[in-house]
Amino acid sequence: MAAAREGARAAHDARNTDLDLASLSLRQANETLQKAEAGSFVVANPRGAHALAAGLTNPLDVTINGHVGYYCGGMNQKAHITINGNAGTGVAENMMSGRVHVKGDASQSAGATGCGGLLIIDGNASARLGISLRGLDIVVKGSIGHMAAFMAQAGTIVVLGDAGDALGDSIYEARLFVRGKVKSLGTDCIAKDMREEHRTLLRSLLDAAGIGPEIDVAEFTRYGSARKLYNFHIDNLGSY
Amino acid sequence: MTGDERWIHTPPRESATFDRATIAEIHRAAATGIYDIRGFGAKRKLPHFDDLLFLGASISRYPLEGYREKCGTNVVLGTRFAKKPIEIKIPITIAGMSFGSLSAPAKEALGRGASAVGTSTTTGDGGMTEEERAASSLLVYQYLPSRYGMEPDQIRRADAIEIVIGQGAKPGGGGMLLGQKISERVAAMRTLPAGIDQRSACRHPDWTGPDDLEIKILELREITGWEKPIYVKVGAARPYYDTALAVKSGADVIVLDGMQGGTAATQDVFIEHCGLPTLAAIRPAVKALTELDMHRKVQLIVSGGIRSGADVAKALALGADAVSIGTAALIALGDNHPRWEEEYRKLGTTAGCYDDWHEGRDPAGITTQDPELTKRLDPVAAGKRLANYLSVLTLECQTIARANGKSHVHNLEPEDLVALTVEAAAMAGVPLAGTNWIPGRGPQD
Repeated sequence: MAAAREGARAAHDARNTDLDLASLSLRQANETLQKAEAGSFVVANPRGAHALAAGLTNPLDVTINGHVGYYCGGMNQKAHITINGNAGTGVAENMMSGRVHVKGDASQSAGATGCGGLLIIDGNASARLGISLRGLDIVVKGSIGHMAAFMAQAGTIVVLGDAGDALGDSIYEARLFVRGKVKSLGTDCIAKDMREEHRTLLRSLLDAAGIGPEIDVAEFTRYGSARKLYNFHIDNLGSY
Repeated sequence: MTGDERWIHTPPRESATFDRATIAEIHRAAATGIYDIRGFGAKRKLPHFDDLLFLGASISRYPLEGYREKCGTNVVLGTRFAKKPIEIKIPITIAGMSFGSLSAPAKEALGRGASAVGTSTTTGDGGMTEEERAASSLLVYQYLPSRYGMEPDQIRRADAIEIVIGQGAKPGGGGMLLGQKISERVAAMRTLPAGIDQRSACRHPDWTGPDDLEIKILELREITGWEKPIYVKVGAARPYYDTALAVKSGADVIVLDGMQGGTAATQDVFIEHCGLPTLAAIRPAVKALTELDMHRKVQLIVSGGIRSGADVAKALALGADAVSIGTAALIALGDNHPRWEEEYRKLGTTAGCYDDWHEGRDPAGITTQDPELTKRLDPVAAGKRLANYLSVLTLECQTIARANGKSHVHNLEPEDLVALTVEAAAMAGVPLAGTNWIPGRGPQD
């Protein structure tokens, strides 16, 4: 599958298709991307457009030069999307597979409910990063805001900087790795031991995000669910 | 013996304030320390469609011939923006109910029953099952705050999308599927371990407020090529403003769920004490649509306590384009049927009162994931029962419409109605029977 993907890419590498939102409507740009089976595309003048490159289903390479609005790369399947700018709310929300790379900062709810693939944020991410995460992996090279990984079910979040308040509140089975300080942990989220399997996982995600060995996995702390609130019990009422 | 000995003690007198149900609840709360959780909808007496009557024909209004003259029942939903609006043959749809809260055969039966009479059914938390997609000719896909099981490929396989803001039984509340109903299959669909309680969030994770909702709707349209109707479902709380904001946000269809609407599980205090009765919610919503010149352009589906064709007709006369049923559909499948009385007794209840849908022990095999109980529900037979029931609702609605001289059920109007109580007259905006008085309005309003 990977070979087929690379082959399809190679066939189209010779020609980048330019989509200029100064002259195309959002619908025209998205329709072109959604119908393409493979290829490389460069989107110019996004000017904060919402839902840009949302709902892609094929292994395209899409480069967006500029800032994007809400839900860029939303529900992405297979495509590799690079945003040379900042991203608004819900970048790569509910991504199923593929990769979304934000070269700037990301607003709130980045990667919300994501199911698969990899979201890389070179800058900082705002509140509710990875909320209700369902399997997507997220690597943030800067810091993240409050309520990250709220009710996160599955997937992994790696943060090289600091985390805000209530990290991992009501978290289920998602895994969190934070290199910097955590302002506070949310309900039922605790620090956990780093075992070899976690170091291996963390290293692989750092590698995937292009982060070299100068960043040592030993600098991170793992966080996850204490699993004390998985079944409602009256004695835990004070926790809610 | 004078015969007066019996009057030494006054006969037992039940308090209106502390009636038996209230006293029992205090005892239950004192014994357990936790609020009561249950399914079903509001059980308290509320102003409802029973408080309205149709006038029928008279010298100035002539009727249509039953069984002879046509009375249309079809409804087209999604005419505002969707490239592919859907047409239902009857003005009654099946409300969203999840696989998880309901068994797989129950979901299949809902699809079969709805499809047999040409209407739609709706998914719920946890996403779409193959059984219900295969059984449903028209399937509306709920886009819920939890996003459990939500996948873009499922959205593309749906015929319409319903963004759920809230529901009438618990406007402002999320959901809770208790661990005992989380089978391996349910757990896998929701990406959570089996056996743990699953909280369904009360707010969407990636948008807040009407401006964000507009962008979320844009995203869903972009992902589906602007083909599918997009519904917005709200619990009846502030229907005038919620309707206006849903229109502003770009909805094709608004689903308005009154407080009698059912739920799989929530706190009894929530069910009984939050939200507006369905009767009180319709006119403000229609007013908002009318003021925006969107009545009949953005379709309004009303739900919450619809039981009969008369209820359907009354909701339509007040301005709805269609209605939706949930609790009544489950009853049609076999919920609370007397045939299970012996087992209801074992559960401490009786047929007609069973509401512990959250516990997963439903003798009828509907609100359960227990493999043995689930087997009891034959989706073909149950689907046939639902189809029968939907046909009866439609025939009853047509009967009333013809009697009021209407060649289509959408031609029913508030002028055809009067109210039996002052409250209903005020809420429905129709005169108190025998008067021209609509409380809260002047004679010319």
